[in-house]
Amino acid sequence: MANRIKEKLNEDGKLLSIYFTAGYPKLGDTVEIIQQLEKNGVDMIEIGLPFSDPLADGPTIQQSSTAALKNGMTTEILFDQLKGIRQSVSIPLIIMGYFNPMLQYGVEAFCKKCQEIGIDGLIIPDLPVDVYHDEYQETFEKYGLINVFLITPQTSDERIRFIDSVSNGFIYMVSSASVTGAQSGFGDEQQAYFQRIADMKLNNPQIVGFGISNSETFEQATKSSKGAIIGSAFIKHLNGHGVDGISTFTKTIR
Amino acid sequence: MKTYQADEKGYYGEFGGAFIPEMLYPNTEELRQNYIRIMQEPSFKEEFDQLLKDYVGRPTPLYFADRLSKKYNTKIYLKREDLCHTGAHKVNNTIGQILMAKKLGKNRIIAETGAGQHGVATATVCALMGIECIVYMGEIDIARQAPNVARMKMLGAEVRPALSGSRTLKDATNEAIRDWINNPVDTHYIIGSVVGPHPYPDMVARFQSVISEEIKWQLKEKEGRENPDYVVACVGGGSNAAGAYYHYLDNPDVGIIAVEAAGKGIDTGESAATSALGKVGIIHGSKTLLMQTDDGQITEPYSISAGLDYPGVGPMHANLFASGRGEFISITDEDAMNAGLLLCKTEGIIPAIESSHALAILEHRKFKPEDVVVINLSGRGDKDLNNYIEFFNL
Repeated sequence: MANRIKEKLNEDGKLLSIYFTAGYPKLGDTVEIIQQLEKNGVDMIEIGLPFSDPLADGPTIQQSSTAALKNGMTTEILFDQLKGIRQSVSIPLIIMGYFNPMLQYGVEAFCKKCQEIGIDGLIIPDLPVDVYHDEYQETFEKYGLINVFLITPQTSDERIRFIDSVSNGFIYMVSSASVTGAQSGFGDEQQAYFQRIADMKLNNPQIVGFGISNSETFEQATKSSKGAIIGSAFIKHLNGHGVDGISTFTKTIR
Repeated sequence: MKTYQADEKGYYGEFGGAFIPEMLYPNTEELRQNYIRIMQEPSFKEEFDQLLKDYVGRPTPLYFADRLSKKYNTKIYLKREDLCHTGAHKVNNTIGQILMAKKLGKNRIIAETGAGQHGVATATVCALMGIECIVYMGEIDIARQAPNVARMKMLGAEVRPALSGSRTLKDATNEAIRDWINNPVDTHYIIGSVVGPHPYPDMVARFQSVISEEIKWQLKEKEGRENPDYVVACVGGGSNAAGAYYHYLDNPDVGIIAVEAAGKGIDTGESAATSALGKVGIIHGSKTLLMQTDDGQITEPYSISAGLDYPGVGPMHANLFASGRGEFISITDEDAMNAGLLLCKTEGIIPAIESSHALAILEHRKFKPEDVVVINLSGRGDKDLNNYIEFFNL
């Protein structure tokens, strides 16, 4: 079966992808959040596996991760919750998490479990492309998983080309030199960066993340890219409105 | 030849490397490409050596502890890093890194600190060079280490509380890394130990290697030989140990002894003995041994010594442990405190509680009368007076 991420990338239009931290606000919210997001027209979902020390994340996701762990979330529990997810959900699902919990679960066992559940890809910010390429690519591919890499405004053209060559889905384009969390919009510098990457005509489409929180930033980010990812702003919304308010959030984006 | 030094990619055996988010790649890559070249430049070496001599007060003495030697019936030398400016070996590294930052054209310094010793050493060199300095410190540590917070402020540094996670050293390190992600161009991150992504463990070890470089010629003067039978150091992250072992790592005639903090006891759940309790994992960008749950969440260690309660250990030390090259011993709070007090009374030296852990092995391990044992006295005990007062009801 073709990977759902690839099929989705081949569709016309801009993709809206949403990140949430599994186990937050409540331990048992995972499936409900995924179903609600699909129902409200979201194209792709990143399920955050919480970690005690999320280096690349700003205060909102740090706080949701700490709370999720406090609620009792573990890798095993997340897999249990997701067991029947493909009976009700058909959009691409990606697990996003730091490398250490995967390493402790066993990288191959983790990948195998993802395939069984119907996970389509992984985003692991602290697994560098070089290490992935040398040690893990075969395993990921064996279980049909697309691994997504990040690029930033500081990433050199040469390294972007290398990341493009190792990628087999999309490239996660970090909007600015920052950790995750909403900013006050994109300036000329970011627009120029978006354009620079678009002009490189990479093999893999790009989806922009970090700093997207509303329809304005979504539109700016997707002008020259395939889509955008919203994380912190969605978690903040969940925090205030709970799972029931998901449709009001997605309506503010597009 | 088998070596216990880092290879080109920053691996010590299976440990080390750079497991970092892409956002940090340009920063660490700039450092990786330049650090060895810069350290070998004559102008760098000259300035580094001169500051170590005139500002830090090096060479620090290698002192034959006569009364202690008689008590334990072996030959004990103390490497007096406690006599360094700012009171510990930490400043060897911060002098090196501030010069490195200048060569790389950086004008803003960030650092993490636990008890505040590395924060003070960083604030000191920033004051010396007139460079902006921001030190991240866990909110809980700020509350319990008020004198060091005041020192950093007097030295002109800004102390920013780390409010995330467990609000201690590991979280201060996370915050410093996040700052570096947010400020990738003008900022240099001065890590305080032989931890973090490559090239930090190797770079910090090289700056601290002056310790064993001096031990070699000092011991030659005193004993007619460069090599002791054992070199002993306490290990939290492990920077003083890395410096004390450095020039002996690949010399099998020299025994390496690493002393970790057992806290209240290895099986009590309140311990920092990473070699005994840790498993292989990733912490702060390095593959090493670390204390964690079965699910891979990093746990909070405990030791009476704030400098030893790091949940990981530098990759050099993880490899020394896994390969059997190093002998790892853990010492409880109580044994360390008693060893510290004993040094006060037998030699007139008040040691840091970290260093007291290294001293405590004399009660736990037999040495032969003719053995030459060098113990790295990494810091002085002024900062620990409150702990000593409380523990001994002084």
